[in-house]
Amino acid sequence: MTATATSAALADIGRSDATLRAFLHGLPGVDQVGAEQRAAMLATRSIKTTAKAWAIDLAIRMVDLTTLEGADTPGKVRALSAKARRPDPADPSCPAVAALCVYPSMVPVAAPELAGSGVHLASVATAFPSGQAPLDVKLADTKAAVAAGADEIDMVINRGAFLAGRYQEVYDEIVAVKDACGGAHLKVILETGELATYDNVRRASWLAMLAGGDFVKTSTGKVPVAATLPVTLVMLEAVRDFRAASGRQVGVKPAGGIRTTKDAIKYLVVVNETAGEDWLHPDWFRFGASTLLNDLLMQRTKLKTGRYSGPDYFTVD
Amino acid sequence: MFEYAPAPESRSIVDIKPSYGLFVNGEWVDSEVRDKTVNPANEEVLAEVAWATESEVDGAVRAARAAYENVWSKMPGRERAKYLFRIARIIQERGRELAVLESLDNGKPIRESRDVDVPLVAAHFFYYAGWADKLGYAGFGDDPRPLGVAGQVIPWNFPLLMLAWKIAPALACGNTVVLKPAETTPLTALVFAEICQEAELPPGVVNIVTGAGETGHALVSHPGVDKVAFTGSTEVGRAIARAVAGTRKKLTLELGGKAANIVFEDAPIDQAVEGIVNGIFFNQGHVCCAGSRLLVQESMYDEVLAALKRRMALLRVGDPLDKNTDIGAINSAAQLERIRTLSEIGSEEGASRWSPPCELPDRGFWFAPTIFTGVTQAHRIAREEIFGPVLSVLTFRTPAEAVEKANNTPYGLSAGVWTDKGSRILWMADRLRAGVVWANTFNKFDPTSPFGGYKESGYGREGGRHGLEAYLDV
Amino acid sequence: MTSSRLAVRKTYKLFIGGKFPRSESGRSYLVQDANVALASRKDVRDAVVAARAAVKGWSGTTAYNRGQILYRAAEMLEGRREQFVALGEPEAEVDAAIDRWVWYAGWSDKIAQVYGNANPVAGPYFNLSSPEPTGVVGVVAPPESPLLGLVSVVAPAIVTGNTVVVLAAEERPLAAVTLAEVLATSDLPGGVVNILTGKPAETAPWLAAHMDVNALDLAGVRDAALATSLEEAAAENLKRVLRPPATPVDWAADPGTGRMTAFLETKTVWHPKGT
Repeated sequence: MTATATSAALADIGRSDATLRAFLHGLPGVDQVGAEQRAAMLATRSIKTTAKAWAIDLAIRMVDLTTLEGADTPGKVRALSAKARRPDPADPSCPAVAALCVYPSMVPVAAPELAGSGVHLASVATAFPSGQAPLDVKLADTKAAVAAGADEIDMVINRGAFLAGRYQEVYDEIVAVKDACGGAHLKVILETGELATYDNVRRASWLAMLAGGDFVKTSTGKVPVAATLPVTLVMLEAVRDFRAASGRQVGVKPAGGIRTTKDAIKYLVVVNETAGEDWLHPDWFRFGASTLLNDLLMQRTKLKTGRYSGPDYFTVD
Repeated sequence: MFEYAPAPESRSIVDIKPSYGLFVNGEWVDSEVRDKTVNPANEEVLAEVAWATESEVDGAVRAARAAYENVWSKMPGRERAKYLFRIARIIQERGRELAVLESLDNGKPIRESRDVDVPLVAAHFFYYAGWADKLGYAGFGDDPRPLGVAGQVIPWNFPLLMLAWKIAPALACGNTVVLKPAETTPLTALVFAEICQEAELPPGVVNIVTGAGETGHALVSHPGVDKVAFTGSTEVGRAIARAVAGTRKKLTLELGGKAANIVFEDAPIDQAVEGIVNGIFFNQGHVCCAGSRLLVQESMYDEVLAALKRRMALLRVGDPLDKNTDIGAINSAAQLERIRTLSEIGSEEGASRWSPPCELPDRGFWFAPTIFTGVTQAHRIAREEIFGPVLSVLTFRTPAEAVEKANNTPYGLSAGVWTDKGSRILWMADRLRAGVVWANTFNKFDPTSPFGGYKESGYGREGGRHGLEAYLDV
Repeated sequence: MTSSRLAVRKTYKLFIGGKFPRSESGRSYLVQDANVALASRKDVRDAVVAARAAVKGWSGTTAYNRGQILYRAAEMLEGRREQFVALGEPEAEVDAAIDRWVWYAGWSDKIAQVYGNANPVAGPYFNLSSPEPTGVVGVVAPPESPLLGLVSVVAPAIVTGNTVVVLAAEERPLAAVTLAEVLATSDLPGGVVNILTGKPAETAPWLAAHMDVNALDLAGVRDAALATSLEEAAAENLKRVLRPPATPVDWAADPGTGRMTAFLETKTVWHPKGT
């Protein structure tokens, strides 16, 4: 079957709960132990010297620098915008991050700060983090963020509907949000910690991709279990297989809990050896993180100077 | 491109002596006959090693006998246990050194020797240490007795791990041992001798006689040996079984295999592909229980094969000491020759050969991971143990056909089954004639888990409670 | 009792695949005042084919059912007790033979519990070791105890699901043939036990060398040189060999489990535990 022929067939899957169920439940299962062992094995890869330097810069370029607090203020967001553009003021060779990720209310503050910098402005929307709001509210939330200047929307899926097997409802909502996004990229947060099983993660990933999501993202960062290496592995397998079936490439964004350079490099190894090098680019892989950036900067400095650095030498915005 | 830079494990942690003697009665004994052991990754000579003659083997057996009668068989189990615990601890402490040495001498990737072999070695000693004073509870009578002197001959594929599988249960049960490591991989066994000294194990309880086939023959046919344990080829196993015929020597054999790894259409495919890869490429395929025959349900053949090839392209072949290496060197020139010969026969018999693009080092013994498709049960590569990174791919249509093909071999060491259907797993597991059935996993080992074959894969079990039986007079 | 009626004599034949054929060689020999079939190598061949054919069904029978069938053998033997006594078997041995069937019958659904176990591996895996029958077992029956000794070697081999080809005691084969009649009326599927009378020294080498035999019980071999050559022949396909006893066996003593475990394989099954 050619990719386009499959594409048409894939589009048809979303027409009913029954077709979605038949398709999603027909995906191959994921053996938890095997998946976790594969991730653990990849985590033992030893990335040194030139490979490490390359990986650190790539990881910085993949960071969605995030602040999603009730206490966020314009001042905080402005400071973080500056950091996103120039993560290491002392070193002009340090690349900018991929995006700044904020609440919709902060988009108007961040937009002028980032204008012309090449740093994307991402906004969570759709009643983040629970997703428990009427659809029209979610769509209004999305449209407002896009109108205010967000070019990436991180939506949450309705986990309740997913777990109850109401796949069509989840699908339709993603389609509607995607439509509301206009030209903005849509990242679909699966909240994998609540989906609980890798089978669910694989199904939800496919559901999000079938409905038109540009990225699948692990977590809101607001529930106890956020991104993990094996969950990301399973999602990377899904985007790899989806591209093979549809011809369309979808990105992956682990978010929450990735705090160290060592962790970030493990994720990059998993990307490299699962989806492949086509995904080793900020257009196709992101880290949803805040404290990670400073650790990346510290390790970057260590590699350049040959000595260990300390937190006093990096900004704490 | 994410090019992983070289990440070599430092070899400065090992201190290889230029020359090693035999370890007999707690001391190092010189020998006239010597040979070299080389690093298969670059053909560099690592050390000169003694090849024990018949009279030197005799000396070792006498030392083991004396230690058995005077010390070890009289020692309370709880004291034997403490020696074994001590050994286990020293192995853990010297783990990195042992791992590096194993990779140097054997050619296996450091990731494997570090994460699999050496941890399992320590675990094996810990496990059997605990049995030494509990033998009366093992189901072999209230006070089961040891056999005496065990003559043990081990292969080169897991040098130290096979030593542990042999020595730990033997000592726990109260036997003393004379062990012959393989001639291409003697070094970790010789360091183990040092560990015995470090643990202050009574002299003669463990004796290590290095050498080749003649040394092994002298050991297994020595009249002073009460128990023979061998791991290696079926051919040599047969010869040993003949050699002990008519004696009272107890014999256990862990021999070859040609395991089927059976993938059903409802398998968790990504894990199944990992299992296929791990099944045949782990340790360069130098594994008696390797899943060397892949049986794929015909309805899933294209998907599985595409995924397998994609995955194989990621395998990193090269320097065993590089922490990112997945496939190391073939252990010897002779083994490489065998793998080449059988692979050529595979091509000549009409099977299609495929390997991912892969640069092999100039020096040393190397073979790219290889699969053959279009293989039938009649092909030699589907029947003979290649003992290398070469997979034969066959297809089946129904569960019954899968069982029939899997069992259609004189071997019976292991088998793999991949399906999400629980009842089918149990149905298959009942019918597969193999000592180990890995369902939705492959090549897993544990000291508590008995290992050993059906049919021409040998008899007796190593590991677990069952493993005690081989070293008790029951 | 005086009677003019002429007795109907029994023809002592082989027991192969549940049937009572004569030796394909047509030979017989005079022993215990009877003409008894003298099995040939081709009878060995036929018996192994029958035994192999019976493996799948017998090993697949539930342990409960195998136990019932062995118990049925005890019942049948009890009913024919006098026949064995008439053949010269001591009454105590006949009784012990009956009781031996009962003892092993009870083992059918217990041996896996006693000899198998769960293994606590260091990882998220279900891991279970269970005994399974080895397959076809060739048995040289003890010459000194034609009934009790025979039952003591056959019952432990078959109770776990093996099938056997037994070479009966050369000098006292009638008990073996009569036991075959017991087994033939015990719901035991044909081929599970095959009994060949004749000269074990002639037939045993064929059995030992047969590549479709999985194990060899040399319980009745008294010639050390023969035992050695049989063991050597058995090495060709790595048969499990139970050597002749080092010292004379008291067949009346508690048999223990050794004769069962000698013909069991341990199968260990792993499966991940996950959601």
